[in-house]
Amino acid sequence: MLLPPTPSQTIGPYYGTALPFPGGGDAAPAGHPAAVTLHGHVRDGEGAPVPDGLLEFWQAGPDGSLTGAPGSLRRDGETFTGWARVPTDRDGHYVLRTLLPGGAPYLALCVHARGLDRHLFTRVYVAEPPGDALLAALPADRRATLLARREAGRRNAYRFDVTLQGDGETVFLDWSAGD
Amino acid sequence: MALSEPAPHPAQEQIRPTDSAGASDTAARAVALRAPLRPAVRVPVSVPAAPGTAELTGPVFGTADVGPLDHDLTRQHRGEPVGERIVVAGRVTDRRGRPVRGQLVELWQANAAGRYAHPLDRHPAPLDPHFTGAGRCLTGDDGRYRFVTIRPGAYPLGGSNDAWRAAHLHFSLFGTAFTQRLVTQMYFPGDPLLPDDLIRNAVGAPAARDRLVSALDRTLGEPGRSLGYRWDIVLDGPAATWTEGDR
Ligand SMILES: [Fe+2]
Repeated sequence: MLLPPTPSQTIGPYYGTALPFPGGGDAAPAGHPAAVTLHGHVRDGEGAPVPDGLLEFWQAGPDGSLTGAPGSLRRDGETFTGWARVPTDRDGHYVLRTLLPGGAPYLALCVHARGLDRHLFTRVYVAEPPGDALLAALPADRRATLLARREAGRRNAYRFDVTLQGDGETVFLDWSAGD
Repeated sequence: MALSEPAPHPAQEQIRPTDSAGASDTAARAVALRAPLRPAVRVPVSVPAAPGTAELTGPVFGTADVGPLDHDLTRQHRGEPVGERIVVAGRVTDRRGRPVRGQLVELWQANAAGRYAHPLDRHPAPLDPHFTGAGRCLTGDDGRYRFVTIRPGAYPLGGSNDAWRAAHLHFSLFGTAFTQRLVTQMYFPGDPLLPDDLIRNAVGAPAARDRLVSALDRTLGEPGRSLGYRWDIVLDGPAATWTEGDR
């Protein structure tokens, strides 16, 4: 028998005093030679920037390990914790500095914003792995919404935009067990 | 950064509405234009079964993340905040009742006058120089968490119908799997604003709404100092089921 889950409620407009923290998007250790930048915009159903979104990333380390490490909230500049939390700015733009995951080439992403009753899950693929079960299950015309693009002319930079609604709507994922 | 220093997000300064009508327009726009139109894609069973599925694991936190006073919102400033001191505590478990151990719980709330220490909050109620309204703690081995704070005030949502929020605390929780993430709100028993709270009523099922309401628990308070409220939290997600192979 399963206990009934506690329902989600909107994050609302006032989480800014509690959830963002300095260095939240600096997952890569300072000065790490393999650091990459992942950045992009979060937009609403009219293409307007979402200036008060909060993005949380969870990923494997460069060795493929998913054990993570404590210390994300007060980063020591050396430890790769695997987790990052990045608010969008007034242009709806976010920037994550991280290390590429070993193993399956994606970052798990959780998007929070006021106006949503519940956060949204998706994946950011930094490469398109052959035979990936999730990508294979998506309609071809929507698969690209999960693929980060390498930026031409910029070293170690990837771009990944999130469209919450409408044309080019990002694929969001339902992980519920469905009982 | 110490939790006692409010760090308003600079972008939010830029979009600060000039009056409550502006604020309710901003809120209405967010509700209309942010929710996806398409249903979320059901993850095929073969995905969680694949080795190295990131979403079945999650971030870990420890004493490096949370300071010893971060759970006490009444001791973050030189003086004590105004308001009725309370203890809010409970257990975090998965749907099988197994404790979620050593995980991060974050809390934010309005002050006793119903005002957030946040630049977007234009409610003309006083700020409290001794209250930021943000706290953190880690769950224990039995899944227990505990905060010391003050009871928040009700506040108006703005807009023409004069809707008010029942007193509530915002909670953010992590499970052992990334997909167990939960952001929600806790309410107080017997609050006469509960039946009309638009946000709580956004939860469709009445039984589920009731799970957002805490219970007075005299064993949790500090005698002669504060009353205690108990609120147990159950995280959904595949860690409760898929790892047992019974989806
Ligand atoms: Fe609130």
